[in-house]
Amino acid sequence: MLNIKVNGHQTALPLGATVDQLVTQLALEGKRYAIERNGKIVPKSAVGGTPIEDGDQFEVVIAVGGG
Amino acid sequence: MDDQQLLRYSRHILLDGFGVEAQEKLAASTVLVVGAGGLASGVLPFLASAGVGKLLIADGDTVDLTNLQRQIIHRESSIGHNKASSAKQSLAAINSSIEITAIETRLDAAGLARMVETVDLVVDCTDNFVTRHAINAACVLSKTPLVSGAAIRCDGQLMTFDFKSEHSPCYACVFPDSPDAVEAEEDRCGVMGVFAPLVGVIGASQAADALKMLTGFGELSVGRLRLFSAATMTWREVRVRRDTGCRVCGTSPLTLARPEQESYA
Repeated sequence: MLNIKVNGHQTALPLGATVDQLVTQLALEGKRYAIERNGKIVPKSAVGGTPIEDGDQFEVVIAVGGG
Repeated sequence: MDDQQLLRYSRHILLDGFGVEAQEKLAASTVLVVGAGGLASGVLPFLASAGVGKLLIADGDTVDLTNLQRQIIHRESSIGHNKASSAKQSLAAINSSIEITAIETRLDAAGLARMVETVDLVVDCTDNFVTRHAINAACVLSKTPLVSGAAIRCDGQLMTFDFKSEHSPCYACVFPDSPDAVEAEEDRCGVMGVFAPLVGVIGASQAADALKMLTGFGELSVGRLRLFSAATMTWREVRVRRDTGCRVCGTSPLTLARPEQESYA
């Protein structure tokens, strides 16, 4: 298993998991979000091909629209 | 600059790395501020007081009582009046030596694109994603620098883009426009509320980025998404890079002109 942190909380994903699996697990599809991995935004076009590594830290940033 | 102007702007001119040259750049600059609500209340007074030569302010809405809790550019006497025009009136009292134009109607995408082409920088102070994406697309197309701010509840977001650099990401690289994303009702200030000084913090930060971009003063934070929490008074920043697959600025852009987006609120 891969031990990772999402928004500060420890969680585990199966070996070989990619960022899009995390997106699905977090039910982010259809939302206006950006996913940050170790301090950098993962480009949307790269979400599927980005493997998750043990110890990765993720933060989900939801777009704010108010003005 | 005459003696009166040198005196007026002396506290900027005195700054190391600013000087008369930067002040003259501001005087020669034109900035479009889209939206004249809370964020603009933080942005506009500083752009006007600092001597940006021409300000264009666009907003089709009118001031209402619930705006006054945080939109400090407006007055009780402005209730029922157009926001762009109310803002213009406040700013004219701050600096009568600059040119201020109020655009009191909602611009369609074509109008927005035309206007963006004529300015040196755009500040996004709008309250909805449709307009945010339309502004971003227009700025990418014309390579006009964009300072984007947003605020709701106690959360603020800030991003500055210099599209003159080919490596610059754009707003859609971070938050792509998705036709499926519901314009969530809960994103609106009217539902979730907004902490009054938050719009001042984000707005003043947008003004700082705009002045720095126009003058070259200081260091500019581009390619970063800056997140502010008014609940904890803390900033956090995340690096953003250009997404080559971005539908707006990527290698095969699909929707640069955005003709389907007609108006902003």
